[in-house]
Amino acid sequence: MDVLKIATAGSVDDGKSTLIGRLLYDTHSLTEDKLAAIEKSSKQKGFDYLDFSLATDGLVAEREQGITIDVAHIYFSTRNRSYIIADTPGHVEYTRNMVTGASTSQASIILVDARNGVIEQTRRHFFINNLLHIKDVVVAVNKMDLVNYDETVFNEIRQEFQQLVDAAAYKNQNITFVPISALHGDNVIQASANMPWFKGTNLLEHLEAIDANDVQVKGQARLQVQTVIRPKKEGFHDYRGYAGKLKGNDLSIGEEVTILPSGHTSKIKSISFFNEDYETALQGSSITVTLEDDRDVSRGDMIVKSTELPRSTKQLVATICWMDQTPMTATRKYQLQHGVHKVQSKIKQITHKITADFSGDLERTETLTMNDLGEVKIQTNRPVHCDAFEVNKENGSFILIDPQSNTTAGVGFIHT
Amino acid sequence: MKSTLKKNALENEAIYIMREVQAQFENPVILFSGGKDSITLVRLAQKAFYPAKIPFPLLHVDTGHNFPETIEFRDRLVKELDLTLHVHHVQDNIDAGRVKEEKGKYASRNVLQTETLLDAIEGHGFDACIGGARRDEEKARAKERMFSVRDDFGQWDERNQRPEVFDMLNGKIDFGQNVRVFPISNWTELDVWSYIQQEKIDIPSIYFAHRRNVFLRDGLIWPAHDEFVYREEDENVIEKTVRFRTVGDMSCTAAVESDAFNIENVVEEIRQSSLSERGARIDDKRSEAAMEKRKQQGYF
Repeated sequence: MDVLKIATAGSVDDGKSTLIGRLLYDTHSLTEDKLAAIEKSSKQKGFDYLDFSLATDGLVAEREQGITIDVAHIYFSTRNRSYIIADTPGHVEYTRNMVTGASTSQASIILVDARNGVIEQTRRHFFINNLLHIKDVVVAVNKMDLVNYDETVFNEIRQEFQQLVDAAAYKNQNITFVPISALHGDNVIQASANMPWFKGTNLLEHLEAIDANDVQVKGQARLQVQTVIRPKKEGFHDYRGYAGKLKGNDLSIGEEVTILPSGHTSKIKSISFFNEDYETALQGSSITVTLEDDRDVSRGDMIVKSTELPRSTKQLVATICWMDQTPMTATRKYQLQHGVHKVQSKIKQITHKITADFSGDLERTETLTMNDLGEVKIQTNRPVHCDAFEVNKENGSFILIDPQSNTTAGVGFIHT
Repeated sequence: MKSTLKKNALENEAIYIMREVQAQFENPVILFSGGKDSITLVRLAQKAFYPAKIPFPLLHVDTGHNFPETIEFRDRLVKELDLTLHVHHVQDNIDAGRVKEEKGKYASRNVLQTETLLDAIEGHGFDACIGGARRDEEKARAKERMFSVRDDFGQWDERNQRPEVFDMLNGKIDFGQNVRVFPISNWTELDVWSYIQQEKIDIPSIYFAHRRNVFLRDGLIWPAHDEFVYREEDENVIEKTVRFRTVGDMSCTAAVESDAFNIENVVEEIRQSSLSERGARIDDKRSEAAMEKRKQQGYF
């Protein structure tokens, strides 16, 4: 079955958790025992309605403060397909979580509170969507019940948001506006009787229509070797299988390939998945290939079609989202992980960062602190075989690992 | 030879993670309970490294209150795939006085498993423990990473988790730390069952409908087994056609009434079901934050 991954974003009080709870409830994905727990909890808090946010706010601290503090993954399905929602928090200090949630998502729901319109958080969410090249964005104008289901309020917000769209650098987006009340269920999976003026499709109908196969931009085939399979058993003494996840595009047997960094060439002899051989593998498949010739290939090496070489470079220019308590400063060294390939790296220069209002303006800076987005020049000790992020998301991104704390300190999006 | 490999996004993701574990860690292990999720893990590991054999041993934390069907199944699987199995017994810790057995109506050894698990990890020096937990099971698990770092005491710091962007997994740890790995994080219960059906994976017979002696308590169907499961005098034993949706310690696993005698029936039953899988887990009913608390203490 098809899977569509969606990132949700909204401010603390936009009712994001309520919307997710509503989607779960209306698609019958909330089971009786979970529903009973929500009923009990809602009653204890003295609410006269079901507090669906309780379905998603999983951690004790979140329930205490009534906010979402980390990325939570929520699952629901329709007859059509399965959905995974990466529920990301809207708090100012948690941009990193939004980037994290959006990085694995194919579509995005941005919540706007009908009473407040486009605010700084909205700009931030949309900016991150653009940065990550998320193609399908639904702007859900929530709490319409609190503005008397007024069409002019909705239209004003739409116009306001359209200004952000017009100013954005990433142009290949499908943006849809839906007026909803998550609390009461208007336009979530059913047309709203309270808003007969709205002629568009409801939220779920719209999600159902998104083509999950169309969301990933096709680039060139990249197979980064995760591990070399050498079975020490009868019948397989000379077997060397190169196992990895195929990214960017499809790969077929007989194809002329180049191995990086060695530059040696060969042909794809076989493509297998478990105990079956195939002529062609589609991008996204975790396959094992063998080569016609005996070549030296090890973990982190990349197998590509000889006519489609990536850029091999030790100098990277990238947009970085900083995710660590310890700020990034120029001359600091980090381990750079590009896919599964690790190299040493040094920050040469922090060119600028994006101003905190997410208007897209730039300011000069010496450091990047947690949740900053900035442009950085990086030097690596060995070549990285990469594409620009806009051409191939997976081969155009990397993480920086702090050698002292071992934590993932930042994520980078490679420029052309 | 077949023409084009069809994609299964969840399977590809899980295989990718298995391969990262083998490449990034020195001494990984699969936590194996004999339940459907850990059986699925074994199949995924088999696929990830074929034609080589699975490069991980299995670790079973034995509460001593197992369903005998599970143990038979476990031993057969280990033999078939030529795997190494480590079994650690909760009973040993009880005998040594290191943990105290719970008493009374709701006594279970589920919580006691944590101590045994941590001992086993430390004793063998495992740096990565692959588990079959899924994010859809329970809301605290919905926040888990694919690679979840635990400190020297096996504890989970949910506020300070490593961000996981795209599919890049950072398994760097200090000596003494370990990583819990969850390759089927993104699978739902239905995904697991559909996969078992599609792959024709063998599972223990207690997952299918059978006649069993049970008793009723708090609206749940408890297996009647006086040696392991405490039963009040007025809780009468009756025979019912039941199956188990999860397989844990007998003292904390409730059965469901079911006519699902084969895998097709089971998949259909799950599709129709309005009760969540952990709804039949007695250990989760203790408090709203039961799972989160156990995880902070090192529970898997």
